Amino acid sequence: MTKELRIENLRVAIGGKEILRGVNLTIRQGEIHALMGPNGSGKSTLSYAIMGHPNYEVLDGSVTLDGRDILTMDPDERAKQGLFLAFQYPTAIPGVTVANFLRHAVTNVRNPERKEGEDLIPMRDFRKELREQMDELGMDHDFARRYLNEGFSGGEKKRAEILQLAMLRPAFAILDETDSGLDIDAVRIVSEGVNRIAAKHSTGVLVITHYERILTYIKPQFVHILFGGQIVENGGPELVKQLEKEGYDWVRERYPEAAQTEEALELAAKQQQVQGRVQPVF
Amino acid sequence: MATDLNLQVAGIKDDYKYGFRDSDDHYAFKSGKGLSRAVVNQISEMKNEPAWMREFRLKALEAFHQKPTPTWGGELSELNFDDIHYYMKAADRQGKSWDDVPAEIKNTFDKLGIPEAERKFLAGVGAQYESEVVYHSLREDLQKKGVIFVDTDTALREHPDLVKQYIGTIIPIQDNKFAALNSAVWSGGSFVYVPAGVKVDIPLQAYFRINAENMGQFERTLIIVEEGAQIHYVEGCTAPMYSTESLHSAVVEIIVKKGARCRYTTIQNWANNIYNLVTKRAVAHEDALMEWVDGNLGSKLTMKYPAVYMIGKGARGEILSIAFAGKGQHQDAGGKVVHGAPYTSSRIISKSISKNGGRASYRGLLKVAAGARGSKSNVVCDALILDAASRSDTYPYIEIDEDDVKVGHEASVSKIGEEQLFYLKSRGLSEAEASTLIVSGFIEPLVKELPMEYAVEMNKLIQLQMEGSVG
Repeated sequence: MTKELRIENLRVAIGGKEILRGVNLTIRQGEIHALMGPNGSGKSTLSYAIMGHPNYEVLDGSVTLDGRDILTMDPDERAKQGLFLAFQYPTAIPGVTVANFLRHAVTNVRNPERKEGEDLIPMRDFRKELREQMDELGMDHDFARRYLNEGFSGGEKKRAEILQLAMLRPAFAILDETDSGLDIDAVRIVSEGVNRIAAKHSTGVLVITHYERILTYIKPQFVHILFGGQIVENGGPELVKQLEKEGYDWVRERYPEAAQTEEALELAAKQQQVQGRVQPVF
Repeated sequence: MATDLNLQVAGIKDDYKYGFRDSDDHYAFKSGKGLSRAVVNQISEMKNEPAWMREFRLKALEAFHQKPTPTWGGELSELNFDDIHYYMKAADRQGKSWDDVPAEIKNTFDKLGIPEAERKFLAGVGAQYESEVVYHSLREDLQKKGVIFVDTDTALREHPDLVKQYIGTIIPIQDNKFAALNSAVWSGGSFVYVPAGVKVDIPLQAYFRINAENMGQFERTLIIVEEGAQIHYVEGCTAPMYSTESLHSAVVEIIVKKGARCRYTTIQNWANNIYNLVTKRAVAHEDALMEWVDGNLGSKLTMKYPAVYMIGKGARGEILSIAFAGKGQHQDAGGKVVHGAPYTSSRIISKSISKNGGRASYRGLLKVAAGARGSKSNVVCDALILDAASRSDTYPYIEIDEDDVKVGHEASVSKIGEEQLFYLKSRGLSEAEASTLIVSGFIEPLVKELPMEYAVEMNKLIQLQMEGSVG
């Protein structure tokens, strides 16, 4: 049975400011969706809200995974239900190796009933699997011994996110601006990784981007335009082509009301980026 | 249920690994409470000590009475010196082999996992049960090389000249109130002598444990590393829970001679009611290296600042300190480095964690004497505060009387970031698990310096400390 991630009339605020104004979107396992929109349209807000960041206040609406309300769950519960977010700005965790972190993550996600303090998955099996996945992504094995995201280049961070995706095998993955800050080769490697994993595990994928570039590698069947906190257009790959050619002006003309809130949101997005950006802790 | 509650109040769950105690009946001797010339005389007499040691103790007792209780550091006003047993003897004689060790004591060692640890890792085990070492073994090849590793009481009987030559030379009896107290009533502790040129490649280990209510433990450790020799001494402490105050006040003196190296590693996890007031000092001669690795968990108050006095040209000193202050705990820890000769170098790295209203203070001294030209020192102290109720302070003292020096000092205070927690939680880790991982990452640079079994134990202890810290 294919699972379904259903977002209905989702309204979300940050710091009392409403960013998402009723978003509707349904993704089934095995489908690839692209969510596009100009800077500040609320794309990252949607991804954080779905994953359950405490700063994002859900005002109304629902998000269900296979009929289960996930909005009442903590982020770790959501992960155990099969949700995954590849972060735009992954946070550094000094002193914690990629391998150690991933062993905890994989253990929890694969054994959702595990009680705290119970054994982690066997080291030998885990290592073997981790190495295989790193090989697939063209990563050096030493990478597993580095401290998570600490001193990683932009490309290494994004690749580490995809490595996590590969190890956690979620039912649904949201890729938040995974292509930003990557050169074309890195975009290709990361995209190929996503395609391979998605095909193997029939992952439902939501690619969030404001560039078309990554969509030449990860080919979406469904394309949505988020504008002024709402999804205003739904279509297929032809929408990508249209945006590439014409930009967002036609969207602004067609939806003048949404365009009005767009400017205000852009400002809010800038503030949010300042707050939400990874603060180095050490 | 009352026990459960006490354990919970103390921040430790009832499955806490070290929260057991053995019955009290097996003590061969227990002094009355309080301290006097009579008690000191009695201790010396029971131990059959030479007259000079009795004099040493009595002089120290005078110094103890004269010295004021420190008013800096931690809160000591509730410490009642009259409410403490100063000497206790667990068994009449020391067990020479495992079979000789009394069953009840063996039972305690079993719970601590000592025999297994010994088989796997250790060259010698001198484990202190109460005030006397009752079980002790040393691998034969070390003995053949002339390495002496015995408890200090035995050393006083078997190697009186060595003890007399060095005891109290690094930390004089008048040094401070608690060093004076220890000098007056000391019992047990380790004596290590490494002859010139001998390199001991396996860590020597002693395991300490306090197991009687209101009993002070005053072990005295003396380590002499002769020219060109090398030693790594490891000491671990665990203690069961008690409801009234208890005092631990050790003295550790180390002499590292020309070109020699010594590393002294401590992991302490005292019960939450214990005052842990320890004086540790090493002297490093020409081109010698002294390293202190010091992990402090538990206790009510710890005041401990391992010191390295670099008195020979090119000597080096290194202090790595980890402190974890939980509910009702104050860790006042750090280090002292004194540059008393040219081209000496030192490094202090301190990492502290405070949670549930705990307080962690870094207190450090960096002193460079006039004439110690070309000396270098670097001090880094990082504090991690886990919640708004907890506290961290830094008290760095720097005295430099020489122009030609290079010194650096960095301090940072941080909180566990919301973004870090969210990131880890989004990967399926619970909040508690995520916090524990972040904390273990914070101390990782120091933990990786520990021998493997201690690194594992340190991580387990951190996990125990972190349990129930959220929600």
